[in-house]
Amino acid sequence: MKQTSGFISTYSADAFGVCSALYELGGMIVMHDASGCNSTYTTHDEPRWYDMDSMVYISGLTEVEAIMGDDSKLINDVVTAAEELNPKFIAIVGTTIPAMTGFDADAAAKVIEERTGIPAFGFSTTGMKSYVHGASLAFEMLADRFVKEPDNKSLQEKVNFDVYAENQNKKTCTNTGANSDENTNRNIDRSTVSVTKQKINILGLTPLDFSVNGSDRSIKEYYESKGYEILSSWAMGSTLEDIKKAAEADLNIVVSETGIKAAKKLKEKYGIPYKIGIPVGGIDIDVTEEYETKGEKNNNKNNNNDEKFSPNNLLEEQRNNTEQTTKILILGERVNVLSLAKYLHEKTGKTCLGYATTDSDEDEIIKVISSLDELQMIIADPLFKPVIKLAAKQNGKVNTEKIKFVDYPHEAFSGRIYRKDIPNIVEDVPFKRFV
Amino acid sequence: MLRKIGEHEITENGAVVRMGDASFPVPFSGGLEYSSPARGTWNIVHTGMLIPEVHEIFVCAASCLRGVVLTAAEMNALDRFSTVEVKENNLLDGNLEELLIDGVSDIINKLEKRPPAVLVYTSCVHHFTGCDWGVMFGTLRERFPDIDIVDCYMNPTLRKSGLTPDQIMRRQLYALLKPRKINSNAVAIIGNDLPTKENSDLYKILKSSGLKIHEITSCKTYAEYQEMAESALYFTYYPAAKAGGDTLAKRLGGKHIYLPYSWDYDEIIHSLEHVKNEIIKNRTNDVLCNRLNSNNISENTITDNENGEKINNKEDNNSADKIKENTEKTKETTTAELYKNEIALCEKAFEKALAMIGDTPIAIDYTFCPRPISVAKMLLTHGFNVKRIYLDSFTGEEKADYEFLKDYYPDLELYATVNVKSRFMASCNSSMSRDSDDQIQNNTGELGENKDFRSKWLAIGQKAAYFLNTNYFVNIVEGGGMFGFEAIIDTLELMRDAFVNIKDMRSLVQIKGLGCGNCCNG
Repeated sequence: MKQTSGFISTYSADAFGVCSALYELGGMIVMHDASGCNSTYTTHDEPRWYDMDSMVYISGLTEVEAIMGDDSKLINDVVTAAEELNPKFIAIVGTTIPAMTGFDADAAAKVIEERTGIPAFGFSTTGMKSYVHGASLAFEMLADRFVKEPDNKSLQEKVNFDVYAENQNKKTCTNTGANSDENTNRNIDRSTVSVTKQKINILGLTPLDFSVNGSDRSIKEYYESKGYEILSSWAMGSTLEDIKKAAEADLNIVVSETGIKAAKKLKEKYGIPYKIGIPVGGIDIDVTEEYETKGEKNNNKNNNNDEKFSPNNLLEEQRNNTEQTTKILILGERVNVLSLAKYLHEKTGKTCLGYATTDSDEDEIIKVISSLDELQMIIADPLFKPVIKLAAKQNGKVNTEKIKFVDYPHEAFSGRIYRKDIPNIVEDVPFKRFV
Repeated sequence: MLRKIGEHEITENGAVVRMGDASFPVPFSGGLEYSSPARGTWNIVHTGMLIPEVHEIFVCAASCLRGVVLTAAEMNALDRFSTVEVKENNLLDGNLEELLIDGVSDIINKLEKRPPAVLVYTSCVHHFTGCDWGVMFGTLRERFPDIDIVDCYMNPTLRKSGLTPDQIMRRQLYALLKPRKINSNAVAIIGNDLPTKENSDLYKILKSSGLKIHEITSCKTYAEYQEMAESALYFTYYPAAKAGGDTLAKRLGGKHIYLPYSWDYDEIIHSLEHVKNEIIKNRTNDVLCNRLNSNNISENTITDNENGEKINNKEDNNSADKIKENTEKTKETTTAELYKNEIALCEKAFEKALAMIGDTPIAIDYTFCPRPISVAKMLLTHGFNVKRIYLDSFTGEEKADYEFLKDYYPDLELYATVNVKSRFMASCNSSMSRDSDDQIQNNTGELGENKDFRSKWLAIGQKAAYFLNTNYFVNIVEGGGMFGFEAIIDTLELMRDAFVNIKDMRSLVQIKGLGCGNCCNG
């Protein structure tokens, strides 16, 4: 129960994930917090703060309001500000003290929506989980509340593509025809086949995972170069209007774990399939299977406390499936490290382990490193460096001198400190950089 | 009108108020709060790190840890910084005390080098769950008797309930000092993040009095920090340090003297006289004590007159009355002249600065110094074109200056910095003040040579610079260690410099803890 970080940083928190996900969409985002959350988010986690206007605020919660359960001040202040600023939506984001006092963010949002006529949403974030959780909730909300049913014309185009693909037997992506039957039932004319580009959404784009180094544009350019039409990118470089049309897509591409919930929601509501992976080095990387068979097990460990899903077991499972012992360990966000590990494995033939650290504490990470006797390289944020030394203390076989540490800064971990050095792994060739 | 968001126009109403219409102490109505990118003021991580060799441990939720961890990282001080993360299960299980004790113990045991002291920061959740500080800190002190452990606080939810977190931090910063024998020849300036300038009037008086001056900013070791406890007098001039000064003097037995930061000549003179009188009183008391303690005073005592000249008081005239008489005589003949000279120097500096800056619009913000209203008053009465002040409230000390400006300069504009509309002020000024490279090259500093120059804003303080989007600004926070007449003279010189030498405002204002030494550029 120590939950200590003696020497390393901490990941951006859930409340900041919500803000980051919704930043560009014209809404007013209010963290229900005393002070500090706003300056932390805007200083360390929001590289767009200086150049791009957005309505992110805090409520300025006080002790008396918290103790007395006085939500009326928050509600009145939000309503007053909304009347002045006229945002497209309002997000009420919970933090630690409201979580402790049982603040009902959904109820407050409902009252605000009734009073302003502006769509409002509550996020029961607690400030005690990572940004992945918060951004996931925000994207899921967009999928649930803003994405519109595709009209008949859009559905016709989707069917056209499916029929064309069937005819050509050239389906390039996973399960693109998943909702064909559903479309047929809606009286769509499949007889007229005119091929249009396959439409996609990019889900899970925030500067917390991709910084502001052009990675978002590179991902879009990659898919455009492959003949896809991009309807929306959640949520860098798209408007709320773009996102509303997302149900017209044939496929969703999930580029970080923050986009998974939204992808599932869009699949559930509109039958849109999804694929997980980042096109590292301009190569089509699909880690859907790795994520869903291993990553999600690991992801559930905090919920069910089931020891069999511990990071160590995940590690062993992967090692047993490989011929060699792990040579390269990559630490960071789950989809990112899985994609990079796959890319590097293909390029080097070496066993690469991508280990998601967004939900792990220092001791768990040290345990993973100290269990890898043959480790040659760690690719991770520079603020992870001290853990090698600590791992060596736990396991004498870990040779700190033999392990090469390759800096791979991650905004969600080290904030703005190494921003200039964060690589665009879509355009750069990580093989040269890392191996 | 401020600007448009989409089709919607936003006005400045509510975010700006005329001085003549401003209420005291809060001129703006409350509401949601914005946070600007200007980050030069120090936070509790920076301040705690002023104690040499200590290790900081924060016990809070991830959202609270994020800012402090990265503050430490940007200071290159992660080796002196650790965290214990509070999670949801800790709140449900009610085991926050256990978590703190086990977590802090675990970290201390893992440290390669045993620190002489550890600052343990608790957060709002500890207060709201009714944690037992006696148990938490008592247990830790029992476990680690060789380490001084002090409780510090990151509890912004309680910022309006008694002392603010900033005030508490400046109090706890000296809580580790252990009582020792008071040295009547030693004094301390406390509560400042930035070192007091050696050319400041306060420093000069203390120095010329032959006193040993302690200040935390100059301590290199923990032992050196502990020596501060020998001080007979504790001086503060930063308002947030006042409460800590009172506590410290009460605990250690010295005397606390608070000197309000001001740009008003009379108030400065009053403060400096206060310093001198307290030094004299301290010496007098010391002599009396010595006489009471010993019937045979054999040592000469050394004091000084107002010019800093040493006076060797022989045993035969070494009584308290003689010293006082001697000093008073010297004082009468020199004080008036001395202050007259200082004021003349200030006036000369005002003239020189005005000749260069002319009627260039000037804006001041509250991060520059504790009394921006005092600065505005002095500049306005000397002919400067102060148009705006950026602040969100007045302090009690500013009441007289507030009344003056309200009566004589009612059109002076007060701009809020945390109002929801403040968000859009900087960007709406982007075309107003941003200088092209050509314009920067052309600035020679001579009024009239470059007409464009006169349309620029000169900002005093980071927030004013940010909101006006100007690269001509005085980059100082928290008073910059200036005090007295020298604060006026030095600031006017900095204004002249800011007027001719362009700065990279965007980069500079985003650095956290300006002047903390190790902070990197974001």
